[in-house]
Amino acid sequence: MAWTQKILRVNLSEGKVDSEPLNMEWAQSYLGQRGLASKYLVEEIDPKCDPLGPDNKLIFTTGPLTGTMASTGGRYSVVTKGPLTGAIACSNSGGYLGPELKMAGWDMIIFEGKSPKPVYLFVNNDSAELLPADAIWGKTVWEADKILHDVHQDSQIRIACVGRSAEAGCLYSAIINDLHRAAGRSGVGTVMASKNLKALVCRGTKGVGNIKDPMGFMQATENGKKILRENAVTGAGLPQYGTQVLMNVINETGALPTNNMQKVQFAGASKISGEAMHEPRKSDGKPNLTTNAACFGCTIACGRISTIDKNHFTVQNKPEYWGSSGGLEYEAAWALGADTGVDDLDTLTYANFVCNEDGMDPISFGATVAAAMELFETGAISTKETGGIEFKFGSSEALAKAVELVAAGEGFGKDLGLGSKRLCEKYGRPELSMTVKGQEFPAYDPRGIQGMGLAYATSNRGACHLRGYTVASEILGIPEKTDPLVPDGKAGLVKAFQDATAAFDSAGICIFTSFAWSLDDVAPQINTACEGDWSTERLLEIGERVWNMEREFNLKAGFTKKDDNLPPRLTTEKADSGPAAGKVNELDKMLPEYYAVRGWDEQGVPTTDTRQRLGLS
Amino acid sequence: MEITFKLFATLGDYLPAGVQGNEIEIEVAEGSSPNDVIKQHNVPQEMVHLVLLNGVYLSAEERGQSVMRAGDALAVWPPVAGG
Repeated sequence: MAWTQKILRVNLSEGKVDSEPLNMEWAQSYLGQRGLASKYLVEEIDPKCDPLGPDNKLIFTTGPLTGTMASTGGRYSVVTKGPLTGAIACSNSGGYLGPELKMAGWDMIIFEGKSPKPVYLFVNNDSAELLPADAIWGKTVWEADKILHDVHQDSQIRIACVGRSAEAGCLYSAIINDLHRAAGRSGVGTVMASKNLKALVCRGTKGVGNIKDPMGFMQATENGKKILRENAVTGAGLPQYGTQVLMNVINETGALPTNNMQKVQFAGASKISGEAMHEPRKSDGKPNLTTNAACFGCTIACGRISTIDKNHFTVQNKPEYWGSSGGLEYEAAWALGADTGVDDLDTLTYANFVCNEDGMDPISFGATVAAAMELFETGAISTKETGGIEFKFGSSEALAKAVELVAAGEGFGKDLGLGSKRLCEKYGRPELSMTVKGQEFPAYDPRGIQGMGLAYATSNRGACHLRGYTVASEILGIPEKTDPLVPDGKAGLVKAFQDATAAFDSAGICIFTSFAWSLDDVAPQINTACEGDWSTERLLEIGERVWNMEREFNLKAGFTKKDDNLPPRLTTEKADSGPAAGKVNELDKMLPEYYAVRGWDEQGVPTTDTRQRLGLS
Repeated sequence: MEITFKLFATLGDYLPAGVQGNEIEIEVAEGSSPNDVIKQHNVPQEMVHLVLLNGVYLSAEERGQSVMRAGDALAVWPPVAGG
């Protein structure tokens, strides 16, 4: 059946660890990972609870294909109520932690309550125990990872951990696993630290069995791998240039948000691009990119491993940053670079390293720094607030100092750790925050890619590209090309991407497979792995069900139609260059149509018919 | 007339030797189409996926029909994606 059918429930308040059976009725309706864990969350917590209080829960969850031979079956998610937004949060990560949890025999871990003292959970196959975290509390992720490996004397354990930023209350703290893979968005790491839970340490040696039709599954997964191998994007483009190949694409199309989204094209884009990462540096003759890398079971291998010049100002006399580590992905490079106006590749890589080292979402961090820079340049804050730092667009020094302060939770880093929305509100300029539902935008300007404006405005976890990536269609022509500059037809496009993505995210595989696979390619893999009959149509229905379930959670949490919105800059200030020059995002045209195609009423509430059709009770 | 020609990702190999970065200023004949420019640089047709003229997408058909003007920027990529 691919599911292990077992859940670990950890009551941190009482220090209790119990095993319970997975609700297989729910698994048939919500599949796994994002969908199934979200079902548990909405059933078990009050949507109005304090995200950082003991009543919130934190769920580590795998999908049925996690840990199997399916390509990219290395994914896990963390589901909770997010502190950055107050909305439902689901952050997805690769690496090796997810498969290790599955191979230990668990589909999911539900953490509830709050430990009176810092602890970590050690899962060793069927055994699970809470252990004191005194030796690792206050440490960075990288320090804690080393200590835990030393303590357990096992190089094969896999670790997910929060850094000092989460302990200090930074609202966009991530959970880092395998040193540089991240459940990155929405502050899931902040929730983990709020529970006095520092780390999850996992060792699993049982493998993932229980496959419904093993021979059929082998054939189905091999068919899928063949498609990925022969597709030019997943077979060649992503391994060679990673997601960073988009930097020049999006800049050329005039949709690269620059200087806190004041502009849509960045003069320094080529200097921080995927191509630039391949170029030998003038300073030491070596390229920023050292190699590519793959997560568990992945046949794409888009990951970037980078090295900073030892003489670069950010790492002088800091040998801990001289080795190779997780390099820039496109979204991080944009937020740390174009959005702050910084065009120095090694500074961005340093900031990215520190985000991994101390567990921050580089998108929210970079976008918050960009907002701070605009606050500074418009006089809303000065060196008095920043602790003497000249927060000017383009300043590598300001970016490098900012990341160190947020990581340690010190000085102006405490303000930056609030995120863009709260920072701009604090200093009287809320309109300068480029967020939806409190979460910072990723790397696509909705004035130049109209559908992404609707996708951001309606994303259940706040502004996000991974909830409905219409860039694939509007810019890259996958699966078919649509015009990025017109709002027509985007409501249906956004819905289709949102529902399909929710299905991919519930399966235990990476969304990047969707550049080559449709759900037609996923369904045979699920169908041969899992009990029941699994068709493309059923997976799409699950995706739609998950989307509506998340929406209803947010409505109960207090969100309304007015939160399906964009900052006024994007709907009133015209793009100043490129193909989108003179355009704003036309959300007002797309949103009513979106509600209609979703089967929601004019206030954005799912109708009774829609709820009944999807079996939402 | 002069245009800016940009070849990105693996297509950068088809820029003349010694070119720094991914773009060059080149002279093209009046009336040239994007496809004419791409062919002159020996870029294999099967590698040409995303073609932007001044940032605007050109369909396969438009690449042969559009007429380039002085000062245009033509940018070409192989199949790429990200996110």
